[in-house]
Amino acid sequence: MRAIASLLGRDLRLALRLGGGGGIGIAFFVLTVLLIPLGVGPETATLARIAGGVLWIAALLAALLSLDRIFQADFEDGSLDQLMLSPLALEQVVLAKCIAHWLTTGLPMALIAPLLGVMLQLPESALPALVIGMALGTPALSLIGAIGAAITVGVRRGGLLLSILVLPLYIPTLIFGARAVEQALLDLSPWPSLGLLAALTLFAAALAPFAAAAALRINTR
Amino acid sequence: MRLTLDNLACRRAGRLVYHGLHFAVEAGQAAALRGPNGVGKSTLLRQLAGLIPVAGGDARLGDISLTRDRQGFQERVAYAGHLDAVKPALSVGENLTLWAGIHGNDAARAGAALARFGLDVIANRPAAQCSAGQQRRLGLARLLVADRPLWLLDEPTVSLDTEAAALVADLVREHIAAGGLALIATHVELGLGDIATLEMTPPEPDAHHQDDPFLAGSWT
Repeated sequence: MRAIASLLGRDLRLALRLGGGGGIGIAFFVLTVLLIPLGVGPETATLARIAGGVLWIAALLAALLSLDRIFQADFEDGSLDQLMLSPLALEQVVLAKCIAHWLTTGLPMALIAPLLGVMLQLPESALPALVIGMALGTPALSLIGAIGAAITVGVRRGGLLLSILVLPLYIPTLIFGARAVEQALLDLSPWPSLGLLAALTLFAAALAPFAAAAALRINTR
Repeated sequence: MRLTLDNLACRRAGRLVYHGLHFAVEAGQAAALRGPNGVGKSTLLRQLAGLIPVAGGDARLGDISLTRDRQGFQERVAYAGHLDAVKPALSVGENLTLWAGIHGNDAARAGAALARFGLDVIANRPAAQCSAGQQRRLGLARLLVADRPLWLLDEPTVSLDTEAAALVADLVREHIAAGGLALIATHVELGLGDIATLEMTPPEPDAHHQDDPFLAGSWT
């Protein structure tokens, strides 16, 4: 437990320090959403209708932007070799890194989403579905992204390849996340979609540590 | 505990790096790994650290086999390679304390290791501002916060001053005196006295040997 806490603390510190890129994802998320009313105009009805989808797409892209920092720096400076020799199983290392990534991207995005929702004229009744959906769905973004990040860890400038690999895998999360907001907007129950979002996250949590660890083992050879 | 290399072979991208390595290091002994550049010294150390798959033969530490129980083997190995795994954004002290934590040891242990390497005076300095020699010391200090019997050191004295190089020799001596083992790839005299040496030589080019059935012509 102490080892996992140490690793988690290390990754959080690294993300929040200068050059760690922890704040970049959130800033990107906020900026992208702020651009939408400027682009599509201020009509309340239009904005409210697209708000859920816009927020989720922005969250996807913001998560994508910070994915390469999960393993890339550790791979380049030799920390990954040392982590493979640590008492932790590599799967635990992956999971701890995913949690650190989520705490510095997914969680702050879920917390700031209602403010942006209000700005996009999303009615108050739809805000809980947005926040709960983000809280349940964004861990899947970090976990699935970790698989892509592990596969592309040895590739120079692998960010683009990473996007192409990972974005298609984000589609189910996007569909159910945006759908939950839409259902709340139409006064339907958002819980079926939220349940599926949680299921996607659990599925990713069960699969990603093993898949990413296997990819890392191949890439450190 | 005894480290035995038994007919060990390594293959990278189809190329045979070395094969038929036989060697043994007893507990309480250090051994040097010598040979020309590119002969596979670093590769052998990475292989013994479980980071590169074994292409043939086996390595055993006591009765733990690298091929059959890689996890168990890895948990007895401390590896200091060319890369120091130092995070520039963290301070010198933070860097080592976090590694001590990952290995289940507390900050006092990290403090002692820092003092040993003369890094305690710069413990609050960001690692980004450290010189190459100081970063190397920090990388080597990690050996002291992980209690591992087998040390694999890849040219540990690179970019160290004479004082620090002597300190590395002292630490290796203390480590083996406590029953540990060390395998050290080096081109310079370490000051460890007369220790066993594994002299690596390039494998003889074998034009007929080809593992890839396609390249070997089985498909034609």
